[in-house]
Amino acid sequence: MSALADPNAARTHARAMGGTVVEAMPILPPRADDLPASVTADDLLWEETIAAGGYASRTLSRGARLRLIDLKGDACASLLVFNAAMPSERLNIADTVKVQWDAYPSAGSLLLSDMGRVLASIERDDAPTHDAFCGPSNEASNRRHYGDGRNSGIYPNARDRLLLGAAKYGLGRRDVHPCINLFKGVRIGADGAVTAQLGPFAPGRSLVLRAEMELILVIANCPHVLDTRPWSVTPLRVTAWRGAPTAADDPIRTATPERLRAFLNTEDMYRR
Amino acid sequence: MDKDTHSAGLTGQVLHDEIVPARAPWLHRMKTGETLRVVDLEGNQAVDFLLYATADDAERYSAQDTIAAQANIFLRTGSKLLSNEGRPMMTITATSVDYHDTIGGACSCESNSLRYGHHTKAQHSCIDNFLEANLRDGRGKRDMVSNVNFFMNVPVEPDGALGIVDGISAPGLTVDLRAEMDVTVVVSNCPQINNPCNGFNPTPVRMIVTA
Repeated sequence: MSALADPNAARTHARAMGGTVVEAMPILPPRADDLPASVTADDLLWEETIAAGGYASRTLSRGARLRLIDLKGDACASLLVFNAAMPSERLNIADTVKVQWDAYPSAGSLLLSDMGRVLASIERDDAPTHDAFCGPSNEASNRRHYGDGRNSGIYPNARDRLLLGAAKYGLGRRDVHPCINLFKGVRIGADGAVTAQLGPFAPGRSLVLRAEMELILVIANCPHVLDTRPWSVTPLRVTAWRGAPTAADDPIRTATPERLRAFLNTEDMYRR
Repeated sequence: MDKDTHSAGLTGQVLHDEIVPARAPWLHRMKTGETLRVVDLEGNQAVDFLLYATADDAERYSAQDTIAAQANIFLRTGSKLLSNEGRPMMTITATSVDYHDTIGGACSCESNSLRYGHHTKAQHSCIDNFLEANLRDGRGKRDMVSNVNFFMNVPVEPDGALGIVDGISAPGLTVDLRAEMDVTVVVSNCPQINNPCNGFNPTPVRMIVTA
């Protein structure tokens, strides 16, 4: 029998846990000692290390930057993106590759919604191995690879992590749309064959997204669906800070006619 | 009457046989084991195609699960169209076209504004067909996901360049699909007129269901 037979003892026991520091956890208030020189500590919005096999969801304001760091070289960030004001508008991965005539999103690429608007830009990318084609692992694929894929087990699948993250914002099964996998990549052969780029990569590769509208983001950090190694995934660090909405002469905004029109459509939504 | 070459090789009883007009939506429920043949009557007509599990339509076609499972972006004979739960919904049992697309998605008024300019706003689109069919069946915009494009050609070049290019289909070519569960098939007979997916000329397609 434990010594926690009464509520006072249970309270003392629970409160004694406060202040515990582990590798994967959010820092509140956010604190980071490696912000870009132009960013002040007051602008910091979010600092969290997402566990291997974990997930997070969050709203981001227009202009905010989100930096993702693959701390140990084996993270796989499966990302859903929604318009926070109207979540039926979400990342459309087919439009993202088709409209930009490019199978491989990287620095300067836009993440496009199904409404012809830019949700976010990839402002900086020193990890250009990403995947717009394979989507998240699911319970069935994890069961094949690891013998189990349930959220309640030790090999959770990315799709069900995304489902939980989306549910925290009132979204459901119909809202878990095709995702983009960041840090793990694919290349497509002439015969259509998909070759995965699974690493592990150098520790510390990072990517910075710029929110082009008010967003809900959902991130799962589980092994890539084509990863056949024994369970291999490492923590993912996320840091967000306030920033100015994109200026008219921004080089990403004006890079191509398609991208410019995506910004025009987003700016039109904010014209009121 | 001329012999019907479009149904050659199909076995069993014809349960349904319909011409879907150019530019139109189509919705049809199929039982496990039934076969759907889609006939590209006049050639190079993109047929945008979604599937929902009839018993639980939050389970639906997943292009990404399908691609990951076969480690290939092209749909060929033998390809299994998987759901977001990783379960086979339909299998391509035969096709006279080398491959079909599932990365190009569906055209919409909104994406047309990016791809071609805002002057295309009034043109009809696949998303509007999908929405019309889905809305009458209790689904909405949240139920729209990446689709199959039968008879459409979307190669990826070594440098990552990706685009809808001239088709590899021809008049009378077909694709046959066997239902592996009870499915609701939702089709947009693509009305796009700004790229080669329909040879710049949307045309009718024929749907034959047998069992």
